[in-house]
Amino acid sequence: MTNVDYDVTDDMIAVVEDTDLPRRLKDEVYETLEDRGDATVQDADELARAVESRYLDTRVDPLDPVGTVSAQSIGEPGTQLTMNTFHYAGVAEIDVTQGLPRLIELVDARKTPDTPMMTVYLEDEYAAEREKAHEVVWNIEATKILALGDVSTNVADMRVQISLNEDTLRERMITPEEVAEIIEDNLGVSTVQQGTEIQFGPEEPSYRDLLQLVEELRDITFKGIEEVSRVVIRREELDVGEQFVLYTEGSAFGDVLEIEGVDASRTTCNNIHEIHRNLGIEAAREAIIEETNNTLAEQGLDDVNVRHLMLVADMMTNRGEIESIGRHGISGSKESVLARAAFEVTVNHLLNAAIHGETDELDGVTENVIVGKPIKLGTGDVDLRMGSTKSSGSQAD
Amino acid sequence: MQNSTPKDIGQLSFGLMQPEEYREMSATKIITADTYDDDGFPIDMGLMDPRLGVIDPGLECKTCGKHSGSCNGHFGHIELAAPVIHVGFTKLIRRLLRGTCRECSKLLLTEDERDEFREDITESRKLGRDLNDVTKAAIRQARKKDRCPFCGEIQYDIDHEKPTTYYEVQQVLTSEYSQEIAAAMQGEGEDAERMSPDELAEQTDIDLTRINEILSGSFRPRESQRKAIEKALDIDLTEEDTNKLMPSDIRDWFENIPDEDITVLGIDPAKSRPEWMILTVLPVPPVTARPSITLDNGQRSEDDLTHKLVDIIRINQRFMENREAGAPQLIIEDLWELLQYHVTTFMDNEISGTPPARHRSGRPLKTLSQRLKGKEGRFRGSLSGKRVNFSARTVISPDPTLSLNEVGVPDRVAKEMTQTMNVTERNLDEARRFVSNGPEGHPGANYVRRPDGRRLKVTEKNCEQLAEKVEAGWEVNRHLIDGDIVIFNRQPSLHRMSIMAHEVVVMPYKTFRLNTVVCPPYNADFDGDEMNMHALQNEEARAEARVLMRVQEQILSPRFGENIIGAIQDHISGMYLLTADNPRFNETQALDLLRATRIDELPEPSGIDDEGEPFWTGYDVFSELLPDDLDLEFTGTVGEPVVIEDGQLIEGTIAEDEVGEFGGEIVDTITKVYGNTRARIFINEVSTLAMRAIMHFGFSIGIDDETIPEEAQSRIDETIEDANDRVEELIEAYENNELESLPGRTIDETLEMKIMQTLSRARDNAGNIADEHFDDENPAVVMANSGARGSMLNLTQMAGAVGQQAVRGERINRGYEDRTLSHYEQNDLSAEAHGFVENSYTSGLTPREFFFHAMGGREGLVDTAVRTSKSGYLQRRLINALHELETQYDGTVRDSSDTIIQFEFGEDGTSPVKVSSGDDNDIDVAQIADRVLDTEFESEAAKNEFLSTSSELTNLSEHADNRLVEGSEVTSDD
Repeated sequence: MTNVDYDVTDDMIAVVEDTDLPRRLKDEVYETLEDRGDATVQDADELARAVESRYLDTRVDPLDPVGTVSAQSIGEPGTQLTMNTFHYAGVAEIDVTQGLPRLIELVDARKTPDTPMMTVYLEDEYAAEREKAHEVVWNIEATKILALGDVSTNVADMRVQISLNEDTLRERMITPEEVAEIIEDNLGVSTVQQGTEIQFGPEEPSYRDLLQLVEELRDITFKGIEEVSRVVIRREELDVGEQFVLYTEGSAFGDVLEIEGVDASRTTCNNIHEIHRNLGIEAAREAIIEETNNTLAEQGLDDVNVRHLMLVADMMTNRGEIESIGRHGISGSKESVLARAAFEVTVNHLLNAAIHGETDELDGVTENVIVGKPIKLGTGDVDLRMGSTKSSGSQAD
Repeated sequence: MQNSTPKDIGQLSFGLMQPEEYREMSATKIITADTYDDDGFPIDMGLMDPRLGVIDPGLECKTCGKHSGSCNGHFGHIELAAPVIHVGFTKLIRRLLRGTCRECSKLLLTEDERDEFREDITESRKLGRDLNDVTKAAIRQARKKDRCPFCGEIQYDIDHEKPTTYYEVQQVLTSEYSQEIAAAMQGEGEDAERMSPDELAEQTDIDLTRINEILSGSFRPRESQRKAIEKALDIDLTEEDTNKLMPSDIRDWFENIPDEDITVLGIDPAKSRPEWMILTVLPVPPVTARPSITLDNGQRSEDDLTHKLVDIIRINQRFMENREAGAPQLIIEDLWELLQYHVTTFMDNEISGTPPARHRSGRPLKTLSQRLKGKEGRFRGSLSGKRVNFSARTVISPDPTLSLNEVGVPDRVAKEMTQTMNVTERNLDEARRFVSNGPEGHPGANYVRRPDGRRLKVTEKNCEQLAEKVEAGWEVNRHLIDGDIVIFNRQPSLHRMSIMAHEVVVMPYKTFRLNTVVCPPYNADFDGDEMNMHALQNEEARAEARVLMRVQEQILSPRFGENIIGAIQDHISGMYLLTADNPRFNETQALDLLRATRIDELPEPSGIDDEGEPFWTGYDVFSELLPDDLDLEFTGTVGEPVVIEDGQLIEGTIAEDEVGEFGGEIVDTITKVYGNTRARIFINEVSTLAMRAIMHFGFSIGIDDETIPEEAQSRIDETIEDANDRVEELIEAYENNELESLPGRTIDETLEMKIMQTLSRARDNAGNIADEHFDDENPAVVMANSGARGSMLNLTQMAGAVGQQAVRGERINRGYEDRTLSHYEQNDLSAEAHGFVENSYTSGLTPREFFFHAMGGREGLVDTAVRTSKSGYLQRRLINALHELETQYDGTVRDSSDTIIQFEFGEDGTSPVKVSSGDDNDIDVAQIADRVLDTEFESEAAKNEFLSTSSELTNLSEHADNRLVEGSEVTSDD
């Protein structure tokens, strides 16, 4: 017997437990009965039955073609989404792909989104102060040489000269020695470092090599994550109170989670493949739901029921990896030859089917439309036969 | 005779056909390229041989004896003079050539490797992965071998010249080997060491005499020797020798591939042998697949396929003649290639690198592949989407007197579209009446079918006689009459509410008539929209349509779980006028407002006015439409609370959020609590009441409603002037480098953003000034406030200023070099020069403003055009990926192969139709408790209905409502 923490009689528990209600609603029924105090067993029974009837009324019907309904529910508002690729999301400083292009991108399961970004939440000690938050920023944002100091070329001596800015170095917690070392490692040259001045040049005097070195120098990431070109700090009101939150342009989800001060439990990114790689398929499913929902909400279409988005996400992640919706993913890997041929690249599917000697069992919807049989969905999935005797009483349900 | 039921197709299996099979199924061999002789009769063994089927009515098929229409046609065949390659398999042919031994044809893989790939193939089959990936990997592995592991033969590389030529590339000893060796021994450059034949012999382990023989050119070094010399001298002695593989060679090669070997590559030898990819016999499609048409001038015009077949036969013939005459190899090869080209284009005329075969007019021919491919192709155009009978299409127009469940069908449509009536004893008289009315009289009939299967046309002449003959057991195809159920649809069918079932109301004139409240689900308007109607042809379909597809069953949208049907536009204006200030009506007026509803008796008057006359308020009138026990409280459209108690509107204005489409609270609640039928009645009545109300008050809009007094205009001008000055200041600051950039933005971006901000504030201010001069009775204001149509922004643009025009979210920047129009100086950053429209629509735009406005407008048009195609494709892909998913009796969501996608739909099994997507907690237990435990039920039955799970019966017709709804006796519906 289930434990009931409410002050109700055993008889009441018996009648309530007898219903098909989920735990949550049963508890609510108990709560209501408890609040009323004077409720009788009959009241409990009636209440439970009434709630049950409401509850059962909101269940999906068996054999409901939920797939089609969900697809329509997402596709139909697609006509109302904007085509404008760039829109300001949450943070005004970072441009993010929005609207229809973003929806298409998600459903296509592109390997990298058009505008990758991360939302990095911080652990409490880092989230409270701007200074501490900045420490994390320097570990994330890619620091290029131009951010650290000035670079000049001395053509006469064939040397590249860097004069570092001491303040920035201190702020970004990097020493001139480290800078010199990184340059040596990356460019394979020997450097001369004196205080904040660093000098180096090509082995043999060559104007081309010199310029080449400068070019390469500019590409070196001295600190932070190479993929992240910019980080914006924002103070935000969250459930846990006011906190600093980082928004990044570019994403490297796996790397960021490792960084000290980053709260890995809340940090997210908008690349579902990265989430899949680092957190697994369930997280990826959650990310697809979240991202599609946000994309729709951004355009004022947040009234689309999440259940539709869930179904799409579940379909995309059903095989344990992210499959795109379309010819290269779900539609292309269907069992039925006819279903594939009717979607796209008709001729190739037929030729391949011949070679591999495939058979089409005609189970699906498209196949049955093609061969002219009733489809096995909804009312087509039940067979009714007229009974010879009238069923006794009104046990219709 | 009853139509013989078509056999049920159990499964389809795909495979290649072998030449023998083609010959066996062939009705005749085709040898002449001519189609008809001078008398117009098809030539025997020609492309139109009567044994291939008949297309002309009246003729008999020589093979099956059936007439055109019932004979499906029969294949013929052409014996090709030489084998040719099937274009569809060129890649696979290349793979097989590369992966099998040129001598023994065995797959170049060891037993272990074979086992591995065999496993991969079965694995891939099971998981439904692409088998080609495994094949590719296997071939890659096989290509690594330079010798056959079975017969030891050296393997050469295969070159593939698209589309259908294959070469074997051999590395052979150059003819100039002796010179090259000698040259290398001499050494190149000055300091290079010379090598004597002795040294070479020593290094390469070859006899000195041999070396000398090689150097003199009298002995060709063997491969091992060649390699040794190459190594010693660091030279390359080979050259490429390409050897063309003729299709016949390939065919011989493939014939020897053992069955076990090709299974490793995923090919099923029982169904498809690789040599069948090289055709020796070409099947000729039956004439029914390539019918010729007779033009007006009596000339016959042949199908594209026939043209192509003529080409093939001609070349084939020439090939054979030349070969028999012993023509030189060169000519034979040319002809062979030509034959290959024709067979290739016969199957696919869009091969890259091959010029498409063209019709005399220059149009590329539509051959086999083209027939299957694409939207209009066989698969998408003819098999997945079929054309149907019993359908009609015409323009739609509004008719507010119809119920939302109904559709007005023009009488001429009703007389053309029929329903099949099975005549029984019970409806015999009725059936006879239909027949006796003939095809021209309205509830008439077009055909009857006797029990023996004969179908007779009902004509004006024979209808009377025929009517008497009709007996039980006959079928009568009668006209559509009022109350019939039909399916109604408007494209694009983006969601399920785009196809709904309506009850027919036969009407005069030529358009379909709709109640305006069903416009939102169809997304229809009446600017020339056309819609389709389908008459249902069996009882099962009609029953399903009535129960599941009727408009009233679709009031709730599964997308967001609220009503999608509700009052629109003028209905909302009307309700707003009726309830905003709660006006008073005398008895006549009140009755007039309610005349199109079920209400035929007014309630107690709300009060007595100063003249002693009783009056009724707008609230009272509206409350008459509500269910008696409705309780509701929420914040309404105008931001004030709306309170309904016991079916009486106590407080609030009825407008969009109350009764509108897309989630009008009252409509939504009534639908969910009181059922679809009650909701339909409510929506119908609200719309008719609103129409009466708006006609009572009168409602119009014109240009005078948007003009503002002089004084206001000058204030607006001032505001705009002000904004212009501020923009100038910003520009000045920018030019003096005094502007501070916003974080993460450049100076230029900052300037743009600030200017945009300033100007949009100016527009808003202008709008506010204009607003002050519009009172609440202004029709534009009424429409904006009630949510009927338009917004305050529209009003601002009409009366205040149109504001900044934007392209790609920025001020207009394109046009000339450094300026938008030649009217401005270069690099002019001012508001005017970048598309700020100071004027309002009422005052009129200047030519330059008009131009900028058009630029912004054009972007919108392009955007919509691009969006529709993109989102259409997205929708197609989504549907294709998800359409097989269905909930099962155990609550899981599975696809058609029973793979579980979700264990419970949406994690909780809640239907998206019944629950609004916004609500977290769908069931309010406390409220139910109030209802169950505190309220008195009128009867035990009412209480049981509330408690039990059995919902009230669905009423199946508008006309059957009377006994179901609130015991009322008279309904407004007819």
